[in-house]
Amino acid sequence: MDLFDVIGPVMVGPSSSHTAGAARIGKITRRLLGCKPVRARIGLYGSFQKTYLGHGTDKALVGGLLGMNVDDLRLRNSLEIARQEGLEYSFYPAELRHAHPNTVVLEVEGEDGRQLTVQASSVGGGEIRVNAIDGLEAGFSGHENTIVLTYADTRGMIAAISKQVSEAHLNIATMRVFRDTQGGKAIMALELDGEAPEELLRALSHLRDVYRVAYLPAAEESTSCEP
Amino acid sequence: MRTIKELLEAAETAQVSLGEISLRWQAEKSRESLTEVQAKMGERLQIMRLSVQDGRSPELRSASGRVGGQAAKMAQPEQMGRFGVVSKACAYAMAVAESNACMGKIVAAPTAGSCGILPGALLAVQEEEHFSEDELISALFAAAGIGRVIALEATISGAEGGCQAECGAAAAMAAAALTQLYGGTPRQACDACSFALMNMLGLVCDPVCGLVEIPCVYRNVGGVSQAFAAAQLALSGVECPIPGDEVILAMKDVGDGMPASLRETGEGGCAGCRSMKNP
Repeated sequence: MDLFDVIGPVMVGPSSSHTAGAARIGKITRRLLGCKPVRARIGLYGSFQKTYLGHGTDKALVGGLLGMNVDDLRLRNSLEIARQEGLEYSFYPAELRHAHPNTVVLEVEGEDGRQLTVQASSVGGGEIRVNAIDGLEAGFSGHENTIVLTYADTRGMIAAISKQVSEAHLNIATMRVFRDTQGGKAIMALELDGEAPEELLRALSHLRDVYRVAYLPAAEESTSCEP
Repeated sequence: MRTIKELLEAAETAQVSLGEISLRWQAEKSRESLTEVQAKMGERLQIMRLSVQDGRSPELRSASGRVGGQAAKMAQPEQMGRFGVVSKACAYAMAVAESNACMGKIVAAPTAGSCGILPGALLAVQEEEHFSEDELISALFAAAGIGRVIALEATISGAEGGCQAECGAAAAMAAAALTQLYGGTPRQACDACSFALMNMLGLVCDPVCGLVEIPCVYRNVGGVSQAFAAAQLALSGVECPIPGDEVILAMKDVGDGMPASLRETGEGGCAGCRSMKNP
């Protein structure tokens, strides 16, 4: 924790967990989808479900999906902006088991027809955790530069991916791998010490058996300071 | 610098203020120059100033309609001088807290719920005493150094430790910042932190309907006045009988002992009042 975590973040109110955290979840979901979302079905659980209107959690989630940062004042009007930009959204009460009290499930569809389901929790102070992607356990915060890959669980994939990262002269800080069944679909979240260059992301997406590569740059989290 | 003791020792050894030692620590941590780190804090100070302006609008209303437009009343010229600079600080703290409640842009300090206290205190005294921008930035670093210790040794989350951990921590940070601004020693700044926390020990987190509105915006006003009281004690040479780190640990113990109904669940305290349950 540094001093700008104490005096900061710069954010649109009223709640770091219910507003700033929700906006970050929306933004990360857009990044994971990899394109502009046109439809979003959003399930709210726990405290999110009970107090979302008063905290602007709905506006924050939709604003995040539209690409807004936690300090973007357009978050206030994000629902109207969504209608203008052709993002259809709906909210429903989600029934989950053993979930953090501030949890949301987003089923989104991109303009290219791609679909994605993300379950994430806002765990306090604007910090978040992506719990699952398309039903597969995930477990990353988006606080560091993170590459998220989905791929077919075949032999040698981890070596092939880490070789590419190493060739880009990057150090892997943490690596998490989850899969549904042997030989099924797998998810890897790589937290990096540096920023991932465009070439690395392209090389990773060209690897055999890789379905999707998403990049969540940590710098995107740092707030802009324009009034 | 994970404890008040370490923070104070570092400042005393280097013979600099809490703000300066915290600034140096941050620059080293983020591998940036002192000037870059100061500029970053300066940007936050500027946003605090804009939040005060935004929050003074009489038209402001929160989503529930229960909060907004109250800072406008407090910021009337005839109101702002009544109790000296403290009246202005109360108005500014309310302005920032209401701006937050109404989806304005704020700087969490240390949290969104307690974001009015530090800017309320610092911006009001700057206008009255003409402190320079650099002096205010250094005071913010002193506050941040104190806040970080509270976060590490205890918590700054209302859900974990009650309002004492949010508005209490904010008041402790503001008290240390004020003490430094008014020429207090690092030891006096740490004592001011201890006094503020001690005087707000036990404050529960009881938001009506779970929203950052009632009593949160009023608690920001209460918290800023506590910061002045604590700084006044320390600057007068009154020494806090309990070391800062022990007060922080006591705050944590009190928080751990609080029932869940008083830790941001919107059940007990103000949230449990009959007239607040049936709006």
